[in-house]
Amino acid sequence: MRNEATVLNSINPEQLNAEKLQTARQARYSPGQSAHKFSLYLYPLVALALLLLVNLLLDPQFFSLQWQDGRLYGPLIDIVNRSAPVALLAIGMSLVIATGGIDLSVGAVMAICGAVCANLLVLGDWSIPAVLVIAVLTGLACGLVNGVMVSYLGIQPIVATLVLMVAGRGVAQLLNQGQIVTFQNPDFAALGSGSFLGLPVPVWLVLLALLIMQLLLRRTALGLFIEAVGCNAKASRYLGIDDRGIKLTVYLLTGGCAALAGIIATADIQGSDANNAGLWLELDAILAVVIGGAALTGGRFSLPRAVIGVLIIQALSTTIVVSGLPSKFNLLIKALVILLVLMLQSELFRHQLKSLFSVGKLRGGKA
Amino acid sequence: MSRTYLPLWITFALVLLMFGAGASQFDGFASLRVVTNLISDNAFLLVTALGMTLVILSGGIDLSVGSVIALSGVAAALLIGPYQCHPLLAFALILPCAALFGAGMGALIQYYQLQPFIVTLAGMFLARGVATLLSEESVAIEHPFYDAVAEFGLELPDGGWLGATSLLTIALVLLMLVLTHYSRFGSYVYALGGNSQSAQLMGVPVARTTILLYASSSMLAAMAGIIFSFYTYSGYALAAVGVELDAIAAVVIGGTLLTGGSGFIIGTVLGVLLMGLIQTYINFDGSLSSWWSKIVIGALLFFFIALQKLLSKKLQNKAGGRA
Repeated sequence: MRNEATVLNSINPEQLNAEKLQTARQARYSPGQSAHKFSLYLYPLVALALLLLVNLLLDPQFFSLQWQDGRLYGPLIDIVNRSAPVALLAIGMSLVIATGGIDLSVGAVMAICGAVCANLLVLGDWSIPAVLVIAVLTGLACGLVNGVMVSYLGIQPIVATLVLMVAGRGVAQLLNQGQIVTFQNPDFAALGSGSFLGLPVPVWLVLLALLIMQLLLRRTALGLFIEAVGCNAKASRYLGIDDRGIKLTVYLLTGGCAALAGIIATADIQGSDANNAGLWLELDAILAVVIGGAALTGGRFSLPRAVIGVLIIQALSTTIVVSGLPSKFNLLIKALVILLVLMLQSELFRHQLKSLFSVGKLRGGKA
Repeated sequence: MSRTYLPLWITFALVLLMFGAGASQFDGFASLRVVTNLISDNAFLLVTALGMTLVILSGGIDLSVGSVIALSGVAAALLIGPYQCHPLLAFALILPCAALFGAGMGALIQYYQLQPFIVTLAGMFLARGVATLLSEESVAIEHPFYDAVAEFGLELPDGGWLGATSLLTIALVLLMLVLTHYSRFGSYVYALGGNSQSAQLMGVPVARTTILLYASSSMLAAMAGIIFSFYTYSGYALAAVGVELDAIAAVVIGGTLLTGGSGFIIGTVLGVLLMGLIQTYINFDGSLSSWWSKIVIGALLFFFIALQKLLSKKLQNKAGGRA
């Protein structure tokens, strides 16, 4: 008895936590789960492939790529390029949603960062790297505001970020003095419309952000911590995870991603429109994350799947255009597809669907 | 003064303060005309916010209301214009349809255990999509009934004028006040927002209440759309974009907790009035830009949430001390 007690005492609680985390991590990356992981990727990829196939049937030239002036052109490149701002937002939004939160302010943060860029460029005596750094810092500051409200003041994420969503657009208009601020700067504009190694610059920015974030999340324990906090913030606190710090970090990262998206949008139109920059893009980003299979209750996330979700949304809009349906069908079809995806995520609906098919099989067998 | 009513009193004090600030600076601010204009200008927002209060009290959220406003406006304009319906018949057709739309969302939330946020987001796209499909352009409304309604109203002293839409709004506020605070349905809603599991165990018909809740929110939004059509004499698919966020902001400023289970209809009325007063103040001033109203509303929103947080923390500490 005494021996057992001493053995128990000799285990360092921190070591215990580390071991628990290690087992959790091993469980996550164990090969047994790879089949499950594969099926998680399967549905979004099949949906995307189906959409692209529909496009190919409607327009045989859809997959064609042209090389012109040192860059690729084609409908596929268009889809990827147009997805870039929302993809950046969705990368950040995935993390926030993984902690069980939501960030409604990303569109407004895009507008603020765009306004900062445009105004600094109009002033003229700022180098482009300095403008970029200031814009990203602005985004991080917005993220900090959200993060502090959510993690340290304990305000519900949807309300906390609603504050910045409402006020942020006002701040952007204040910076622009209610005008659309335009600038002439080919080097900065290249960030939105230029190309590098044949692909548009925004696509490279998304890939870069995806790579850095993926390394940061999956090669360190940060991703695991985020999922733990999303599953149960209290339990992870008892486990020794700084849940508040984690929440603050995800809102910071989201602010940074929104700043990048704002830079791309501003560079693309060579101007800042505080009223319309990033308007309602937060909803598209949330949607993309949900289509990518994340639950709004938090706990699991995948950045690549969220980006696939963005591509699905963009491909859907392109399909509607290519199909020759009037653009007024756009929202309706989008709503129906979202409803379908949502229903497929509901266990009850999947069960009902399964029993429907099994009834069909039974009848088929009898006949 | 109990702690429950404190956020209400603070909002009330802020409304008085804002009104006082306007009255001391501008001639003609402290008149009945400004007050009645405040009601008629914000009537559609107030009606929307009433439904939103109910939904938020139950712990949910309804993002579809702005689109439902647009949809009911377009539907009314089309029914009255090309289809030659009497406006009253058109309204009688639209309101049950809207209720059905809301009930559908409620059913998805209740039976398929989907999140209100994302279901009503889909509802938002769906309603706006149907509205766009019905007509991409603004449809004008020309009918003697609309003229008659526009002329109908109560003449008050001091330039005050309570039009038909204002009177309807006041009636709806009274109805919702009774329904929320003095009816069985109202107490079910509070029970649901407090803790839906305990509510279920206590015998609250959770499914029926949830579906009725979203149905009434959509129906009130459709009513707001009809009121909106009396301002503009038209229906437009892109009208009332973002009204859902204004409504949520008004409800929160009015002291209703977004976690559900705590709040008052009167608080929402005060919240809408406060937001309207800020706009009126900015209009009277003339030199303040409209973006300041957004910043001020954002700051107010933050102030109220922080205050609520502080109060609920203190209450919790008190309860903890007792136990």
